[in-house]
Amino acid sequence: MATISDPPSDSFRLSQLIYDTRYRSMTIQVVAFILIMSGLVWLANNTVQNLSALGKDFDFGFLFNRAGYDINQRLIEYSNDSTHGRAAIVGILNTLLVAFLGCIMATILGVFAGVLRLSKNWIVARLMSVYVEGFRNIPLLLWIIVIFAVMTESTPQPRDFRGPDAEASMILFDSVAVTNRGIFIPAPVWGPNSGILIAVFLLSLVAIWAFRRYARKRQEATGDILPVFWVSMALFFVPAVLFYFILGRPVSLNYPELGGFNFTGGIQLRNSLIALWFALSLYTGAFIAEIVRAGILSVSRGQTEASYALGLRPNRTMNLVILPQALRVIIPPLISQYLNLTKNSSLAIAVGYMDVRSTLGGITINQTGRELEGMLLLGLFYLATSLIISGLMNIYNNSVKLKER
Amino acid sequence: MKKSVFLGTIAVAGLTAGLASASTLEEVQERGSLNCGVTTGLTGFAAPDANGEWQGFDVSVCRAVAAAVLGDPMAVEFVPTTGQTRFTALASGEIDMLARNTTWTFSRDVDLSFEFTGVNYYDGQGFMVPRDLGVSSAMELDGATVCIQTGTTTELNLADFFASNNMSYEPVPIETNAEAQQQYLAGACDVYTTDASGLAATRATFEDPAAHVVLPEIVSKEPLGPLVRHGDNEWGDIVRWTLNGLISAEELGITSANVMELAAGTENPEINRMLGTEGELGAMLGLESDWLVNVISSVGNYGEIFEGNIGENTPIGLARGLNAQWTDGGLLYSPPFR
Repeated sequence: MATISDPPSDSFRLSQLIYDTRYRSMTIQVVAFILIMSGLVWLANNTVQNLSALGKDFDFGFLFNRAGYDINQRLIEYSNDSTHGRAAIVGILNTLLVAFLGCIMATILGVFAGVLRLSKNWIVARLMSVYVEGFRNIPLLLWIIVIFAVMTESTPQPRDFRGPDAEASMILFDSVAVTNRGIFIPAPVWGPNSGILIAVFLLSLVAIWAFRRYARKRQEATGDILPVFWVSMALFFVPAVLFYFILGRPVSLNYPELGGFNFTGGIQLRNSLIALWFALSLYTGAFIAEIVRAGILSVSRGQTEASYALGLRPNRTMNLVILPQALRVIIPPLISQYLNLTKNSSLAIAVGYMDVRSTLGGITINQTGRELEGMLLLGLFYLATSLIISGLMNIYNNSVKLKER
Repeated sequence: MKKSVFLGTIAVAGLTAGLASASTLEEVQERGSLNCGVTTGLTGFAAPDANGEWQGFDVSVCRAVAAAVLGDPMAVEFVPTTGQTRFTALASGEIDMLARNTTWTFSRDVDLSFEFTGVNYYDGQGFMVPRDLGVSSAMELDGATVCIQTGTTTELNLADFFASNNMSYEPVPIETNAEAQQQYLAGACDVYTTDASGLAATRATFEDPAAHVVLPEIVSKEPLGPLVRHGDNEWGDIVRWTLNGLISAEELGITSANVMELAAGTENPEINRMLGTEGELGAMLGLESDWLVNVISSVGNYGEIFEGNIGENTPIGLARGLNAQWTDGGLLYSPPFR
């Protein structure tokens, strides 16, 4: 047992920095700090020296120069006369698009696969095991290339649709063309009054939200269960369809048509996007399935039995008892999976999807020779995106995690 | 405590020591092999053969430099690079030189700080389409889907060509020639565009080359040549004069068959200077006096390299065209060895 005595009154000696436990931890930290800082300074200095040895400077001015190259998928206006900075933004939007679509589909796939892998039905459970193990244990890059190759090799070329005895035909009432350059779907054309239609649709979304809230309140208060699903579906479709006809069909469709070398009109979902999206979703979905399974297994079996004893059906038991409790186990690793998916989208280069890695981190760097600047910006973008995703998900996590009162 | 400071100091010192770099020539000679960047595979220019040995027109330049510097044309480590990785590989020192269909442009020479050591192939960008598409001119390509290697000059020329002719196109960006070939043959793009020599080389590997036409338009100048890093001029001189040696050798009639005979001494003083029987040209480069004898006896002169890899008697079947000697109406012209 150490007894605390008054500090010795004699003056401070330098050796105390090492031998006196009161100061030693401070000394170690200061020295470590100096070492790390000098390491960083050395790195920066080395970079500057090497750059000057190569005759290069450090300058972000290239972002404002004409890019000169074209990008096939652009969500905002872009031509080869635009700047490298704008090309980077086009790439960023493409990255965010595929990451967003991927996260949604991976979550749906993962939750279904995770729940079904625990199914008592032998075939269903085994099928899900095959899916999960197959995708988890084979590199993502292979899946991206496989899906892309299948889509390119097994679908007809646009010119196969041509002529009186065409080898291929469009599906779904001649509205959708599946080609080896992508899937062409009809594009909506917004006529006059379409603004009202959109407003009606948004109102019905608000109504759905309000109804669900009311149903939950009512269930908590009285125990009555309202048919939430069917009412939501009705609210979703009926007003929109009704107003569509009342307003005199303000929205029409622009169907893809063969023109020149390719289909024109409509919206083209490029094979590169589809391949990347599917591969990312299937791959990450397999991991999410395992997370969901772990979450469900973490809920004590007694909870299920108790809920059955109360007369709840299996479906409702899953939704009301198991999943809410499983969520607090599921969410934190799920955040990591979303981050993985977003970062893995940089494998887009394998199928020529023009994400930010291909525009800013690929062509721009190559045409301007600004590797360091480009990579710094790229790193910064991925860092910022990851932190934002992680932040948003943590807000959600806080709302579902176990609240101790 | 003391120990960690000590270790840290050693680590910093060790890292700093790595900074001071020797000249590329010394590095290559010490290593005993030349690191040469080539394409990931373009038949005729640079591609591994059935035995896994690299063969081709660009590969021969690597072998020539290895023969000049190390006396052994086989002492080359080939580093496959894509359009996007090639410059980083060179700038970072991963490779000593790049011999890959790389176009000599202002910005690469000046802004990217590389040193082009000459031109070993005068080329231009062309378009290839399937014959049954019924296209006979590049001006009919409005709306076409075009496969294009990213990070190349052809990518920029393509945008310029379509914009200046008021046509639109859909680019399909791809990474390597092999990928382009697969996409093009699958019909994922209507047109494949790259340097005309590359088109010919790619078409030669098709099952049915006659089913594809290279359109007559050549839309750009693409002088292709080996390049080195800026700042090591001695090394640049070696690569430059090895290439010039190959070109001069053809002009002066030095071949792999007669080089040994000529190396014994001839009436022509320039041949004597090149082959080291007169003057000190080799020593000026920091090489042996018989450096060009090694080069020509192992890879042949420019004409032999051309005919052996991409000439009219090969499946690629390129005519000499612009790449003939200046004496035959071409552009090949080596400064004198004097």
